[in-house]
Amino acid sequence: MTSTQNIIAEAPEAAVVAARHESFVRLVLRRFLRHRLAVVGAVVVVLLCASALFANAVAPHDPTFLDTKHRFLAPFQDMGFLLGTDELGRDTLSRLLYGGRVSLAVGVVAMLTTVLSGLVVGLAAGYYGRWVDDLLMRFVDTMLCFPQVFLLLVVAAFVPPTLISISLIIGLTSWMEVARIVRGEILYLKEQDFVQAARALGAGGARIMFKELLPNAIAPVLVAATLKVATAVLMESYISYLGYGIQPPLASWGNMLTNAQGYFDTVPYLAILPGAMITLTVMSFNFLGDGLRDALDPRLRMD
Amino acid sequence: MAVDHRPLLQVEDLKVQFRLPTGILPAVDGIGFTLDRRETLGVVGESGSGKTVSSLALLRLLETPPAEISAGSVLFEGRDLLGLSETEISDVRGRSIAMIFQEPMTSLNPVMTVGYQIDEALMRHYGIPRREARARTLELLTLVGIPSPERNIDGYPHQLSGGMRQRVMIALALSCEPKILVADEPTTALDVTIQAQILDLMVGLQEKFDTSILLITHDLAVIAETAHRVAVMYAGRIVEAAPVATIFGAPRHPYTQGLLRSIPRIHRQRLDVLAEIPGGVPDLTRLPPGCAFAPRCPRADAHCRQERPMPVAVAPDHVVSCWKANDG
Repeated sequence: MTSTQNIIAEAPEAAVVAARHESFVRLVLRRFLRHRLAVVGAVVVVLLCASALFANAVAPHDPTFLDTKHRFLAPFQDMGFLLGTDELGRDTLSRLLYGGRVSLAVGVVAMLTTVLSGLVVGLAAGYYGRWVDDLLMRFVDTMLCFPQVFLLLVVAAFVPPTLISISLIIGLTSWMEVARIVRGEILYLKEQDFVQAARALGAGGARIMFKELLPNAIAPVLVAATLKVATAVLMESYISYLGYGIQPPLASWGNMLTNAQGYFDTVPYLAILPGAMITLTVMSFNFLGDGLRDALDPRLRMD
Repeated sequence: MAVDHRPLLQVEDLKVQFRLPTGILPAVDGIGFTLDRRETLGVVGESGSGKTVSSLALLRLLETPPAEISAGSVLFEGRDLLGLSETEISDVRGRSIAMIFQEPMTSLNPVMTVGYQIDEALMRHYGIPRREARARTLELLTLVGIPSPERNIDGYPHQLSGGMRQRVMIALALSCEPKILVADEPTTALDVTIQAQILDLMVGLQEKFDTSILLITHDLAVIAETAHRVAVMYAGRIVEAAPVATIFGAPRHPYTQGLLRSIPRIHRQRLDVLAEIPGGVPDLTRLPPGCAFAPRCPRADAHCRQERPMPVAVAPDHVVSCWKANDG
């Protein structure tokens, strides 16, 4: 039999191990940085968030101040109103900044709602299986039967439109996709050896769910979350445009578009500017999401 | 030895079946064995003979349904593990009986550092804070021969080789000093040189911690090196059980004899063809009424095909389930 000396001795294969300890986060970051569009997307997202956060410091005017002497100014016509003014003489740049604050807040809150509901439903369905799974997934199917826009408009017609209520409505009508992603991941992970191994070491249900399954399912959720911010921003402008969303005088990119449509033939920039912001935001989040998806792809893990 | 003469683990008439759309599959069909303190019991058999299912059934780790433990008892220190509540059995898992699995590449959680995972097991069973657990984890990693453990304790599984991961698995399994270690093909996925190191490590730690080992493998060489006693499984039943020397020196069951003949030997007289056992593992859903091995057995007769042989002690500590066991 073997002596204790032998046990403690390091294995010869040790030399090849641990040549370079790079954490998973740094590995992902390195791969993400190789993806140019994604980096551009990330930079734009950061700039947008910063401008929304510091809108009160950056904005040259009060976004609701009516300056009737300066109506319908074109961009760069008057350096006091860099991006011009609208039909009531409100500064467009300031309104875009404050509107961005509202639109992004809706996007983020809606995304959090979506992710949280999706995680709970997907985790429960995937982990417990059987009738829990059947029940929850049929509920998901039912929700998916309705086009999201109609669902949104029906609910919005009954709920007073505030920033929070709109975010929640958007979030609660778009979590189904996340639930399906999470459920799929959990079903796959549940069968993995390390889950069995954890159970063999005495791990209970909660530990298995939150320490073994959830952390391993987070990567695709992260990607979906990023993309969800984009769709939520889009949804907010959509329902604000239809008049059920953020109410004036509070600015959002969506209701700026609504205001602008009466003047579209004469002063098109009033519509083009918020439209461009929506497009830029949605595209940046989508690029960011795509980049994250590629960087987190488990098939590339061995790099 | 101790005053207590009861075996540490006593399995009796354990039956596990799977309910499949095509019928009931009796994966384990009434097996019984005992495991004493500090003993290594090797369980050998072909794929599908029920070795792994039996080992998972001990700790009730099988997914139910489709699996179902339909009969039997697993007495561990006087308690029937099959009768415990889910909470009670999970206190036994890892603390009293721990397992090592075949695939070291996939048996560790990929998103947590190896140190964290060992900490978790210690915190779970000893209820100690992480700081205390961490010190013990470092000791364990050193003990199983992980190089520069201070650094690798914060490494992720994908940064370690297969052999290293199996060492971590062993550290994890032994972290709470279990009385029994169930090792399911612990070396099958590893290179031959690493296999020997891992086996040495297990045997060394067995002496250090006074652990009993249930070693499941299809590799007779591994059995010869490490086991004290051997149980040979075929089609969900134990066909022969005896001390390792007896199994290799005087096997009685034709299946055991066939297995031994099929080991390649370096000093064979001529370059003759390696002996094989004709046929394949039977379909468990349609087992013959008699001995399951009869269709492949060179000595089977009408009696063997009609009536199932019961385990018979041909010598003290040597049990064979074969009608021809005493025919030489």
